[in-house]
Amino acid sequence: MEFSIYDFSSFTAWIDQSLRAAMAPGWAIAIELVIIGVVILAFYALVGLFLIYAERKVCAFMQNRLGPNRLGPYGIFQTVADMFKLLFCEIIPIKNSDKVLFNLAPYIVIIASFLTLGALPFAKGLQAVDLNIGIFYIIAISSMSVVGVLLAGWSSNNKYSLIGAMRSGAQIVSYELSVGLSVITIVVLAGTMQISEIVEAQRWGWFVFSGHIPAFIAFIIFLIASTAEINRGPFDLAEAESELTAGFHTEYSGIKFAFFFLAEFINMFIVSGVAVTLFLGGWMPLHIYGWNGFNAVMDFIPPIFWFFGKTAFVIFIIMWFKWTFPRLRIDQLLKLEWNYLLPINLVNLLLMAFIVLMGWHW
Amino acid sequence: MSSAKEYFKGLFHGIHSLIKGMMVTGKYFFSPGEIVTQKYPDNRKKLQMYDRFKGEVIMPHNEKNEHKCTACGICEMNCPNGTIEVISMQVMTEEGKKQRVLDKHIYHLGMCTFCGLCVKVCPSNALAFSQKFEHAVFNRATLTKVLNQPGSKLMKGVE
Amino acid sequence: MEEQVKKIISDDEEYVINMGPQHPSTHGVLRLVVSLKGETVKRVEPHVGYIHRGIEKMTENLTYPQIVHLTDRMDYLSAHINNEAFCLTVEKALEAEIPERVKYVRTILSELTRIQSHQLFWASFGMDLGGLTCFFYGLRDREKILDIFEETCGGRMIVSYNTPGGLMNDIHPNFQKGVKDFIKYFRKKLPEYDQLLTGNVIFEQRTKNVGMVTRDEAIAWGMTGPVGRASGFSCDIRKHNPYSAYDKVNFKEILYTEGDTYHRYKVRMDEMWESMNIIEQLIDNIPEGPYSAKMKPVIKLPEGEYYQSVETARGELGVFIVSDGNKNPYRVKFRSPNFVHLAPLDLMSRGYKIADLVAISGSLDFVIPDIDR
Repeated sequence: MEFSIYDFSSFTAWIDQSLRAAMAPGWAIAIELVIIGVVILAFYALVGLFLIYAERKVCAFMQNRLGPNRLGPYGIFQTVADMFKLLFCEIIPIKNSDKVLFNLAPYIVIIASFLTLGALPFAKGLQAVDLNIGIFYIIAISSMSVVGVLLAGWSSNNKYSLIGAMRSGAQIVSYELSVGLSVITIVVLAGTMQISEIVEAQRWGWFVFSGHIPAFIAFIIFLIASTAEINRGPFDLAEAESELTAGFHTEYSGIKFAFFFLAEFINMFIVSGVAVTLFLGGWMPLHIYGWNGFNAVMDFIPPIFWFFGKTAFVIFIIMWFKWTFPRLRIDQLLKLEWNYLLPINLVNLLLMAFIVLMGWHW
Repeated sequence: MSSAKEYFKGLFHGIHSLIKGMMVTGKYFFSPGEIVTQKYPDNRKKLQMYDRFKGEVIMPHNEKNEHKCTACGICEMNCPNGTIEVISMQVMTEEGKKQRVLDKHIYHLGMCTFCGLCVKVCPSNALAFSQKFEHAVFNRATLTKVLNQPGSKLMKGVE
Repeated sequence: MEEQVKKIISDDEEYVINMGPQHPSTHGVLRLVVSLKGETVKRVEPHVGYIHRGIEKMTENLTYPQIVHLTDRMDYLSAHINNEAFCLTVEKALEAEIPERVKYVRTILSELTRIQSHQLFWASFGMDLGGLTCFFYGLRDREKILDIFEETCGGRMIVSYNTPGGLMNDIHPNFQKGVKDFIKYFRKKLPEYDQLLTGNVIFEQRTKNVGMVTRDEAIAWGMTGPVGRASGFSCDIRKHNPYSAYDKVNFKEILYTEGDTYHRYKVRMDEMWESMNIIEQLIDNIPEGPYSAKMKPVIKLPEGEYYQSVETARGELGVFIVSDGNKNPYRVKFRSPNFVHLAPLDLMSRGYKIADLVAISGSLDFVIPDIDR
């Protein structure tokens, strides 16, 4: 059995065949589902830990300081220590809160991001679920997290949380429009909603280059709108630390707060993953049509490193936004969406449809 | 038509200003030479304070364990909040005269406001500031210090 | 508490939020009871007194040189200017002749204090609005000024360098070089502040046309300092009643007429440039001479009332001394600018949102110990 790091379907085919040989097909599928679940859970935890450390280091370097540097070489065990502390924290029960909703809210947020991870293509053959409406599924599932935010704010029985949750709800619902429209622009260019086909179509040029100006504008709008979707960066007034303490998750402590915290960082990873898949070629190396030597060198690096490298680049840009700009007020935020991003998006979509019809994209 | 022009002008001005701001933080991200953090507890040996830093009031003694304090009490009178207590005693000198001599010069570090008046008004320059700044202790009683060392006496020639 | 809450609400749909004494953006222990309707502020009621230490009462038992170290702790960001205000009042009452060297050094240190206070204003204003990196850049540059202070005066924030009659010690030999190096360094860094925050479209949207104060309102409520000058009220004491060495230097008084948060911020940014100009004119020409006039060991002011006002980084600080001939004053009153600026906070923020309240109170640049003394 030839295992190749360039094509993970060799691994997955081997696991599938050995399971089917050993037991009935129903049981094999069940065990495969469990394996996928465990792998995604582990991935979730590891990527979350790494991203929190990366955020603190990036933020520190931008601010002329060192960041975590005492625990472990270059401070790499800092997040592990923080997670330990959060796990041992006392969960303070609120007196008049709605207990069912209060306990349910963090789980909804986690489940929404968990489900999305299953549809992202990490490398050739390393994609858990390849639906033929792949990208539509991702957009639909990731809008479930707004329910979690609203429940958290309402059930905390606290004025500050309620204000924060209301603001956040309005913000997320508005910006989903922009996200959806920029995704549709790429679907028009690619001609399909299935994610593996979208990645395959970028073999001879990433969409952000081959789609000319509309794809580039769509990329910028997607970045801005998804930063607003995940409550980050200049759009983080739902948890504005310097105004209302901590917004909708003020009353959460211990493991529940860890869930919200983790979910925010994993959402950042997911949004970057989607941006990379749609615009920057997914796991496709950088190929230029006709330069065969160059293409051979680019092919040497395994696709999984391409994917994580590009995602890291987009995550860096999102972090760069957060640590440079002041915060927008809620009415300015909504004005930005409805007055600027939405009209530009619609015109862009029209432009992209025109270009595809004319055949000007290569 | 002018409102459309305003719209686009505002849009491009906004994008331009945002990118300018990002250039500043980006520049600092890529220059680790500008990091100003000092790794404090590890660099104690190399740490140097300025000479005039007002850390703590001390009474300098020379090698023969002598100080310059004549127990005149001017520092006690000038201290705004009673941080200094000068306790003197009367001793017989060789010539057979009674003379006032310093017994204990008590300094409450916990109450001192570091105004510097005691150091300035002392007529014999007996007090000075040291540059020690790590004053945290576990027992508050250790903050009451006696500035003259045991067995020390007044330097000759100080009036 | 119930009666307090009932007093502030005038409508059924309003609710009360308490931006309590411990809050990341009120710069100190200030309690603001805010009544809101939706997101709009209807009324703001400040409760002060959490850091009242009785400074004015304490002065009745202290001699004049001993009071100087208390003035440090009122508005701790203009520590040097507060010391200077008190010493000037005592010297005015005694009609003492102050050596030229003292005047020059006091002016240079006052302008450095002003720059340092405005750097901290920039740092915390940026942080309040959400741009957290501004905090670190502002403080990194402020450290250079604090190093200059530490070398000459012995303390970074609590300096106590002035004394009635002059200075406590002569300046350190490295003083002039340190100041000149700092000015060269800071002239390169200050445009970066503008690049990062001032020109930013998000910042402009947050602060333009927010918290408007007309010129008549500024005069009526007694707003001085950068707050008054942003509304067009020309109140710079360094120009109208010069003290120390201010009559020997050439500088512009920064005046804008719009009176919103953005221009209150702009006034302080421009004042930093002007302060650097003032320092450059003085630093090379410090005359030789004694660093203190000859004063009696026990200072007794003649009977009467004496007043002197100076321009701190926040406004007009006035020191009023009533003396009955003893070595302790009968009464010392400090007219503090922050206390006067707290009252119009209610007027300025009605009708704006909560986020604007944070921006407005950041632009007024409070230092709470100055309100409570």
